[in-house]
Amino acid sequence: MSPLPSSLPDAEAQCRQLADLIRPHLHKNPALVGIYSGGAWIAERLKELLDLPEDIGLIDVSFYRDDFAEKGLHPQVKPTVIPFDVEDRHLILVDDVLYTGRTTRAAINELFDYGRPASIELAVLADRDGRELPVAPTYCVWDVALNEGDSLVLAKQDDGQLAWRLENA
Amino acid sequence: MHNPQLNKDGELTHLLSVEGLPQRILTQILDTAESFMEVSARDVKKVPLLRGKSVFNLFFENSTRTRTTFEIAAKRLSADVINLDINKSSASKGETLLDTIDNLVAMHANLFVVRHASSGAPYLIAEHLQRIGRDDVHVVNAGDGRHAHPTQGLLDMYTIRHYKKDFTQLRVAIVGDILHSRVARSDIHALTTLGVPEVRAIGPETLLPKHLDKLGVHVFHDMNEGLKDVDVIIMLRLQNERMTGALLPSAGEYFRHYGLTPQKLALASPDAIVMHPGPMNRGVEIHSAVADGSQAVILPQVTFGIAVRMAVMSIVAGN
Repeated sequence: MSPLPSSLPDAEAQCRQLADLIRPHLHKNPALVGIYSGGAWIAERLKELLDLPEDIGLIDVSFYRDDFAEKGLHPQVKPTVIPFDVEDRHLILVDDVLYTGRTTRAAINELFDYGRPASIELAVLADRDGRELPVAPTYCVWDVALNEGDSLVLAKQDDGQLAWRLENA
Repeated sequence: MHNPQLNKDGELTHLLSVEGLPQRILTQILDTAESFMEVSARDVKKVPLLRGKSVFNLFFENSTRTRTTFEIAAKRLSADVINLDINKSSASKGETLLDTIDNLVAMHANLFVVRHASSGAPYLIAEHLQRIGRDDVHVVNAGDGRHAHPTQGLLDMYTIRHYKKDFTQLRVAIVGDILHSRVARSDIHALTTLGVPEVRAIGPETLLPKHLDKLGVHVFHDMNEGLKDVDVIIMLRLQNERMTGALLPSAGEYFRHYGLTPQKLALASPDAIVMHPGPMNRGVEIHSAVADGSQAVILPQVTFGIAVRMAVMSIVAGN
């Protein structure tokens, strides 16, 4: 894990790097599933960069979260859309930041309610310290150490470009 | 004024009535229901949100459809559902409503779905739960007396939004026995809160409540005038007991004046939708050609109702 650089890296360049990491594995005809909202934007970029003909899947894990008892239902739930048959497919789950691993766990559970995929891999732009579950990324561009209380947020700017923002709790 | 439906953070913790709920909460319920529509279309029609929770269906008054859709909704949220047939239970042995509730809370109930012939019964339960310090137990009103039927009102709003997209340009007509209808009352409050500019009430004088105009509703006694250019028609069920109550001459007479026929429907906007909360009386308030016609959205209403009830239960159970 490298400490946080003084200026945050270019998220669009990182999307291209992530596409380069995935490209050698396209012979398995994987389908992309982006986790709202950051992962969905990245999956959209990957679809273009990798020239994939198929629509991407979009997943909102609100109905599968493990903190419902403490936090209740998220006020803005988006519909999950899986436009392909997941049965026996190789899936690549896409997220912006891998942190505790709980979102990934919830997303995997949700995908299994659509069928039994052949495999699920995980692609993220950033992997930060603080795992609470045995989850690891298959493809990752940026290992970064953050202070506790800081969070890394991917935002879509007015010009449509993706950019990182650092937020303090 | 204290609203017993909201917690101290202004979040929905019971659903007792549409009246008094801000637009943001109505919109949150409709948005969440949209996500649940997708769950109902899957092979595995279930999410783990209410796993381990117990939902008690307390129906002091009969209603197969509403009870069934609440039961399906709770099961799709992975809750355990217990249906209490109150006529056969302790209530007939003299137990009070609140004693029944205390016993069910002692059985670790998490959510009560309540249908009661007396207006205000769900309020009474919600206030009792607050008094005994059980803010972790929630109440959803499934129809109380003539007062409110908020999940029906919300599923009607979901249906209108689904077909018409925007509330702020609509003319909506509610037709029939508005005086005795808790559905009509919930619809009027919801439509007004969501910004519908023109709500019309159409019916004979004996079946319209007084002071409807104070709610901003335009009153019509003539169907031909009232249906002109409307975008949405909500038909209400004519309850048979009204006929014997001397409020109406006969079913045939009612149908002639207030039954929705293809000819009367033609007065509305060409893309108007026809709604009905069910069960329908064909030939009394609605002609079969309309009920089965291309403008009727009566069966989609039933499907939307499950998603709306899933949304309501998961929102209140989380707050």
